[in-house]
Amino acid sequence: MELVVHFRAAVALLGRFPALAGIDLDVAQGQIVLLRGPNGAGKTTLLRACAGLVPVVDGVAEVLGADVRRQPRAVRGRVGLLGHSTGLYDDLTVAENVRFWGRAARADAADMAAALRLLGLDGRLRDVAVGGLSAGQRRRTSLACLLARRPQLWLLDEPHAGMDAAARDQVDALMHQAVGQGATVLFSSHELDRATSLADRVVEITGGVALPEPAPAPASAPAPAPEKVVVDVA
Amino acid sequence: MWRDVVLVAERDLRIELRSRVATNQVAPFALLVLILFAFALDPDTGVLRTAAPGLYWVVVLFSGVLAVARSGSLDDTDGIRDALRLSGLPPAALFLGKALALAAQLLALELVLIGAVAVLYDAPLAGFPLLVATCLAATVAVAATGVLYSALVAGLRVRDTLLPLLLLPVLAPVLIGATKAFEAAFGAEHIGGWDWCGLVVLFAVVYLAAGHRVYGALMEG
Amino acid sequence: MSDPTGDTPAVTVGGAPLHTGSRATRVLGLAALATIALWALYGLVWSPADREMGDLVRLLYVHVPVAILLYAGAGLTTFASAMWLRRRTPGWDALAVAAAELGVLFGVLTLLTGSIWGKPTWNTFWTWDARLTSTALLEVLLIGYLAVRRVDPSPAGGSVRASILGLLLFPNVIIVHYSVDWWRSLHQPATVTRLDPTIEGDMLVALMVGMLAGALTFAWLLLHRFRLAWLEQQVERHDLVAAVADRRAEGDPGAGTPASSNPTPTEPEAQPA
Repeated sequence: MELVVHFRAAVALLGRFPALAGIDLDVAQGQIVLLRGPNGAGKTTLLRACAGLVPVVDGVAEVLGADVRRQPRAVRGRVGLLGHSTGLYDDLTVAENVRFWGRAARADAADMAAALRLLGLDGRLRDVAVGGLSAGQRRRTSLACLLARRPQLWLLDEPHAGMDAAARDQVDALMHQAVGQGATVLFSSHELDRATSLADRVVEITGGVALPEPAPAPASAPAPAPEKVVVDVA
Repeated sequence: MWRDVVLVAERDLRIELRSRVATNQVAPFALLVLILFAFALDPDTGVLRTAAPGLYWVVVLFSGVLAVARSGSLDDTDGIRDALRLSGLPPAALFLGKALALAAQLLALELVLIGAVAVLYDAPLAGFPLLVATCLAATVAVAATGVLYSALVAGLRVRDTLLPLLLLPVLAPVLIGATKAFEAAFGAEHIGGWDWCGLVVLFAVVYLAAGHRVYGALMEG
Repeated sequence: MSDPTGDTPAVTVGGAPLHTGSRATRVLGLAALATIALWALYGLVWSPADREMGDLVRLLYVHVPVAILLYAGAGLTTFASAMWLRRRTPGWDALAVAAAELGVLFGVLTLLTGSIWGKPTWNTFWTWDARLTSTALLEVLLIGYLAVRRVDPSPAGGSVRASILGLLLFPNVIIVHYSVDWWRSLHQPATVTRLDPTIEGDMLVALMVGMLAGALTFAWLLLHRFRLAWLEQQVERHDLVAAVADRRAEGDPGAGTPASSNPTPTEPEAQPA
């Protein structure tokens, strides 16, 4: 099966700091993969590297068949990133933001309307300026912008953060729906219970590399929780 | 591509309409500087009248730098920078769209300032074709150069002090050309006003081409 | 692990460890010194005083070469920036910064000699002469370029931001040069560096020797500065290898490589996240 993400010994720099220090990662299409690890381990950088936003200076980095190391722009239109800081214009309303980002990506009007509806933004919040929203509402708006574009690879950096329980359920449902439509989801989270049950795979990221995952259990046994214990080196 | 240019320009203008920075902050600043010049130079001896073209363009340049900085800051958060790179918008469209929106705001400002200069400095407005042509050319020049250089300093912490330092020396030829053209329009003799206007047009074309070409690389840098 | 940037970090450059000097620079330096001595002789002693300007013309033998070298520095910066954008090899970036710094130096010399020339001639230290004015603007452009390089957070070896600024440098210089020329030509026919058509004989020789001396000095300084920048880049690349190793060690603070799947026994039990 085509690998959606294929990294081998990839080194990526943030300024002069090697945020990714030789990471290996393979993700097949249709998987929901959780990235877990201490703060500063490189999860955010890995997600951004998959979007071609971070320069990869060594190793192999391929996303959706494109060589992200040499041609980072090739993959841009096909991935969607939900980052820590929302890419939204505070002075514009929710609907205007979705419309701008949607039209930039040549999204259907129908998709844009559906995105607003699925994230509960088509009611009162629709015409509120983003600057006046709560953090959770802003993230939902960001997610709506992403959803409208129908990317093949979803890169979500702590998608549940700042949201109430209902919104979190909705995010989970959207992830399943995306995978059902052929997309692949890579996300990071500190919400261990919810995230672990949501994900097909868990990858531990620490010190800029991915730790080897435990071998999958035989089909008859229930999927085990990861063997490793997360050491929070404060 | 032109659809995208309009999309971007519309976005910037809509934000301006909501936030009203140009009308509530930049324009009053410009008028204030015009007034300050009167304090610095003797308003009774006709110095202001003679110097009106130059003073006008200096004010336009200074307030232009503010408008450029504002335009750049709209897109200068981490999230938006990432989102723009991922959006699929061609960088050239981003450049032209922002320049278009900025030019529109600058033209509106210049219109107000010409009126102010006529009133406050008793400037002898004349030669309207040359005035209009020069204003258009200089506006495009400032907008194109401004958007390019504000992308150059994007993301730097010292962006606000660096931008004027980079932008103003580069725009010096525009100041020279536009002032001379205005002097000719106002009736000064022996100045080839249209030639000077041509210099400004050339400048505008050079920077439109340059910005168009390198904006993509700058976004990635 | 292998050097992530692909070439081996070294603390030697071309066989000359930690020095920017070499046989080439020694030869160049000596040649420059010799030519400067010749320049002084011709400029101060052997060439005659000018009919109109008197002994002041001797200043021109310095002013003209340094002015030309200022423009050469700016041009070189633009060329090196363009080559970096094309090839992305760090050497071009080192050349760009070296040329820009030299440009600033020679610009200061141009302004100084120009001012000194102006004082006795026009009784003022600054004249809005086309050359002086555009040189002043040029200095600001170069200073702006160096300022951006200083605050650029990219790794050493060049950045897009600095290179595009460098790329625009010489075109800006040209535009400013011709605009100011045209502007001042309305008022002032003579400029400081307009070559006096009556310069000939020994005066011409003095000027030519001056050009040569200036060029050799420029080259000598450039070579040293370029090598310095190159060494700085090497150091940073070396640091990068160490930084990558440190980074990986974050994941396993105790013994054991990241490939081990057992947590190190000395670590405390996990805290819930």
